[in-house]
Order: sequence, then C-alpha cells, then structure tokens
Amino acid sequence: MDLTLTSEEEAFRNEVRAWLDENHPGATPSGGDQVRFEFEREWQRKLHDGGWAGISWPKEYGGRGATLIEQAIFSEEMARSKAPRPANVLGLVMGGPVVIAHGSEEQKERFLEPILSAEEIWCQGFSEPESGSDLASLKTKAVRDDGGWRVTGQKVWTTFAHEAKWCMLLARSDADAPKHKGLTYFICDMAQDEVDVRPLRQITGEAEFNEIFLEDAYVPDENLVGGEGNGWNVAITTLMHERAGLGAASAISVRRELDELIELINKRGLADDPVIRQRVAELKIQVEALRLGSLRALTQQMKVGIPGPEGSLAKWEWASANQAMTELAVDVLGPEALRPDSEWAYRFLRARANSIEGGTTEVMKNIIAERVLGLPRLR
Amino acid sequence: MDFGFSDEQQAIKETAREMLGARSPMTKVREAAEARAYDDALWTEIRDLGWPGIAVDEEHGGQGLGMVELAILCEELGYACAATPFLSNAMAGLFVAHAGSDEQRGRWLPGIASGEGRGAAALQPRSNDLVADAEGAALLVLNDGDGAILADGADAEIEPVELVDATRAYASVSAGGGEPLPGEVEDAADRAVVALAAELTGIAQRAMEMAIDYAKERQQFERPIGSYQAVSHRCAGMLYETEEARSLTYYAAWCADAEPESVPMAASMAKARASDAAWRVTADALQVLGGIGFTWEHDLHFLLKRAKVGAELLGDPRMHRERVATLAGLSA
Repeated sequence: MDLTLTSEEEAFRNEVRAWLDENHPGATPSGGDQVRFEFEREWQRKLHDGGWAGISWPKEYGGRGATLIEQAIFSEEMARSKAPRPANVLGLVMGGPVVIAHGSEEQKERFLEPILSAEEIWCQGFSEPESGSDLASLKTKAVRDDGGWRVTGQKVWTTFAHEAKWCMLLARSDADAPKHKGLTYFICDMAQDEVDVRPLRQITGEAEFNEIFLEDAYVPDENLVGGEGNGWNVAITTLMHERAGLGAASAISVRRELDELIELINKRGLADDPVIRQRVAELKIQVEALRLGSLRALTQQMKVGIPGPEGSLAKWEWASANQAMTELAVDVLGPEALRPDSEWAYRFLRARANSIEGGTTEVMKNIIAERVLGLPRLR
Repeated sequence: MDFGFSDEQQAIKETAREMLGARSPMTKVREAAEARAYDDALWTEIRDLGWPGIAVDEEHGGQGLGMVELAILCEELGYACAATPFLSNAMAGLFVAHAGSDEQRGRWLPGIASGEGRGAAALQPRSNDLVADAEGAALLVLNDGDGAILADGADAEIEPVELVDATRAYASVSAGGGEPLPGEVEDAADRAVVALAAELTGIAQRAMEMAIDYAKERQQFERPIGSYQAVSHRCAGMLYETEEARSLTYYAAWCADAEPESVPMAASMAKARASDAAWRVTADALQVLGGIGFTWEHDLHFLLKRAKVGAELLGDPRMHRERVATLAGLSA
C-alpha cells in the first residue's frame, strides 16, 4: 500500500497544472443554455488541441492513453481549478469507448476524431417512458429496410439531444428473441426529419434533458455497433464506463461544494451549533470515504482490467453524499437558499435526480446484492 | 499510487485469517466469553508468530513493520472476535514508541514486542475506569490529567469491570503514581484509535458474512430470504458501511506510516465511521437472522456486543465527529 504519487504521476500532475494555468477559459458566461454550450464546445476544442480531450483513450485513436491514476489526477486538477466540463461529455465517456471496444475499423475511422474535437456531439437513447430501471424491456422497434434499418419509438432523459449529431440508440431488432437478446446498438443520425426532439422541463425549471420521437428514422447497416442482437452487451459496457468514470470525478465536486458550505457556515456565525457541526463532520467523512473508495477501485481495476460491479457502490455513495450536502446547505441558509435564482436552490433540486440518473440507487443495491454479495436473484 | 496490499501484507492477512480460523473459531470465542477467561495457548501461539511486535522497531525486538500491518492483524482479530490481550498490548506499545523517552522505549518495548512483559492502556480519554487486560500486565499506560503516565502493573489496584462484551477483560485501575510520558501523547492515542477502528472493521465484515450466508440458505415463503429486496438491500447496505470503514481505516493507517500530518483528521474519521459501521452492520445482521440471531446459542451476539463496546471506547463517534468538524475548519 503506497498512496504517494510516483515521480511519473507527480510529473503528470505538474504538466496538467501548468497547462490549466495557461489555458483555463475562466468562469462560464451567463446568458442561457446556448451560450454555455458554445463556451463548453470551445473549451473542448482547446482541450483537444492540447491533447487532453480523450485522456483515457488509446493513443492510436487520438487519445492520451493515460493510466487510471493519471485520469483521476486529471479529474482532480480540473475540479481544483474549477474548469468547465467539455461539451461532448457523453461522446468522450460513453460513445467513444464503446466504438473503441466494439466498433469496426471503419467506425473508429469515421466517428472518433469528431467526438474528441466536439465537432459532432453525442447523446444517449436508452431509457423510454415505460423502460427505466428495466431497460431491457424497451420497445423502440428497428425493422430492416434496404441496406439499413427503420427505427420507431420514443426515448426520454436524453441529455444534449438538441445539440447532438449522433445518438447511441438501443432498439429491439428481434421481437421474438428473449428480451436481452433481441436488442441492437445503433448510431443514429439526429439530423433527419424522422427524428423529433422536444425539450423536457425538469423540477429545476431548466430543460437539460429531452424526449426523442423516432418515426421510421433511418440507420444504415454500417452504423450497427457490435452486431445485430448484441445490443445489451454493448450497452452494459457503456453503463460500466459511465459509473466508473463518475465515482472519482464527482467526489471532487461534492468536496469542493462542501468546502464552500463550510466557509458559509463560518461567515453566518453558525459554526458553534453542535447539530450543524455533527452534520458537517458526517459529510466530510462520507466524501472522504467516497474519494478513498474510488482510489481503491482504481487500484483494483488496474490489476483486473475492467471496471467491476463495485462501481455501483460509488454511484450510490455519491448520490447520497450530494443529496445530504445540499440538504444541509438549505437548512443552514434557510428560505434564502430556496429562491429560484439561488445557486443552492438549483443544486438542492438538481441533486434529487442523483439517485435516479445513471441507474437508481435501488438498482445499484440490486447489483451489489446479486453480483458482489452473490445473493439469489429476485426474478 | 497503489491502494492495495503488497504481497507481504497480503500474506500477513492470509496467515492471520487461516491461523485464527483454526485456532480461534467461534466455539473457542464462546468458551472464553462464557468462562470470562482467555485461552492462554492462543496467546502463546500469537506470541510465537511475533504478532505482538509487528509494529515495534527491530532495535527493540519487534518486526519493524508499520501501522498498516498492525491494522491488518487487528482487522483479522476483530473478524475472528478473538479473545486475546493483543489490542491492549499493541496500544501500550504505540504509546511507549510514540510518546515515550528513549529510556522508556528501551525498558518496555522488548517485553511488549515479545509479549513476555505485556502492556495495557486506558480505553477512555481522561479516565482510568476502563482498561483492557490490566490483570497480569507488566506495564499500564494510564491517563493523568491531560497527559499520560506509565505505571508498573504490579503496583496498581485493579478492579474487574464486567461489560456485555465478555470476549475482553475490562478493569478499573488506580495506580499510586507513575512516570509521565514526555512525548506527544495525542500522536500515540491517534494510532491506538486506528488500531481499534481496524478491529471494528473486521467485526463488521464477519457479521456481514454471517448475514449473507444465512440469507442465501434460509427459506421462507418457498424462497431464500436473500431474494427479497427488503433483505438484500439491507445486505447491500452492510457492504456500503463496511467498505467505507475499511477505506478510511487503511488510509489512516497509511498516513500514520507515511504522512503523519494527516493522522488526526484521518484517525477521527476512521474511528467515527468504523464505530457506526460495526454497530449498524451487527444490528442489521441480527435483523436478517431474525429469531435465531436473538438467541444466546447463535454466535452473532458476541460480535454485536464487542462492536457496541468498541464504538464507545477511545472516544465515541460523536466526539470524533466533533474533532473532524474543528479540523475541517468550522470555527469553534
């Protein structure tokens, strides 16, 4: 056990820091979603020019081929400097890795570079109104049509759909096969009349997500990933990457916001309240446990090769920590934190989705019970 | 960076698991608890393996390893719920090594390392009302105002105290006097806290395994109870608790060896979390076991009682969280 950085890791961190000092774009400008998105797209171009966009991707596909520890260091430095997120986060974290793992050479050639440069934004079409946690029950239908497929159905909770060129689309290509076997993973062009995107307003008031309506949308054969009927396996890869990536990086932003909150408590003269002190301490402990748990998982993943089901634990811990932190903030600030224009009101409301998005906490518990603890399946 | 055990550390863990599984199964723990007497042969075997000196430097007859290795042994002893004076002796060793003078180290550490001249230390801040394994100890590390003193075991008045945890011998101690420890007593106390957190982590791990094994076997309504989410989600929660306690405990142990300035915060975080985890996991395990878990005949209660007593010792979770709040920058 040795938690010090090696000299290579230390050098890597210094390189990241130096680059960020030089290239940090400053605070995100106000002026609405569109302004923010363009700002983040510009930021990603800059990251790409510096060779930082796909840091986990292999070098042969335009990435940096960084180790998991280096990725954690990079995330930590990004968070420390309060750098914005890159615009094409779904392409970088899910779309690209899936094409690299399951795609053909032609697909790698076609799709990867524009993901890195944010030239083409990606979104994810998995969830449906009637298929949330039970994803494999999805009904969106794909039927063969002259060198390709026609897809019809409805997708929901689709981040960036209004900006996206490509959708990672999971659809049922064989209605007669068992539910996990009848799915295929498509890369669907969003720029066609057969795809209709409608914003979905959330409890925060904003429309970060969308609904997608597909009416005979066309996908050519060359845009199938992993082959016909193999969509479930491909989708699982996507989700594992999503959860593994989430743990380390998200712990850092919770920690940063908790430190802000501690400042605030001191300023308001509430630091001597024993109840608040206990709650702050409990949160510090939770956030530190999340950070350390992620480092342990990284070490494990470096030895074994793939992210394990333990990533579900980090996802659950993160949701619980972020919700508890934003609840404490509201209790500390009182009604002031509940004005619609308050940053804390936004964080507090947005945090309610944390235990739903990317797999509900209940599903995380099922995965832990069945796949880590080996308990018998319910079904 | 590597947050996993080295081959040597892994070997220590496996040896301990195997040895304690063979020599201190729950039947032996039960015997010791019901008789309120340790199995001397087990302690002799532990001494022969050199465990008491694992974190004592070689100059004083120890193995010269660190807090991580000591934590591994404490976790395994907690997992076994073993009835031995190991922890109290190790705690005394930490006080002498980290707060003692050269002369005190030379006088006491060799006996602690070999187990021949055992030490024992007070288990509560600013009080000597609870000391583990005081009877028969050559050296007692006792509280004295804000500091600590070393007292000769032979000269102390030792009054046994029975707690619900019968797997450990507790006593109230008064000594006529003793030599002050001249060094940083708090540094030593933080290391003792980490050792106890490791034991609590081991207790949680064992209780979780008991609950899971039972949930796989026990059938109600024609299926294993572990297939019901009311039960399986409770079990998932046990993993959550245990793994958080483990991450924080080993981090604190590593800090003690490599990054001493981080120890106060890390030790208090570990103790607060491991205390809560050990209690919640043993209590939840009892719920999963149902009626059988409430019987004297089942072994779980030995873990549950040691967990709750351990949670209260060396500062309860509330006290450690209060310290975390201060260290986190909340102005007092």
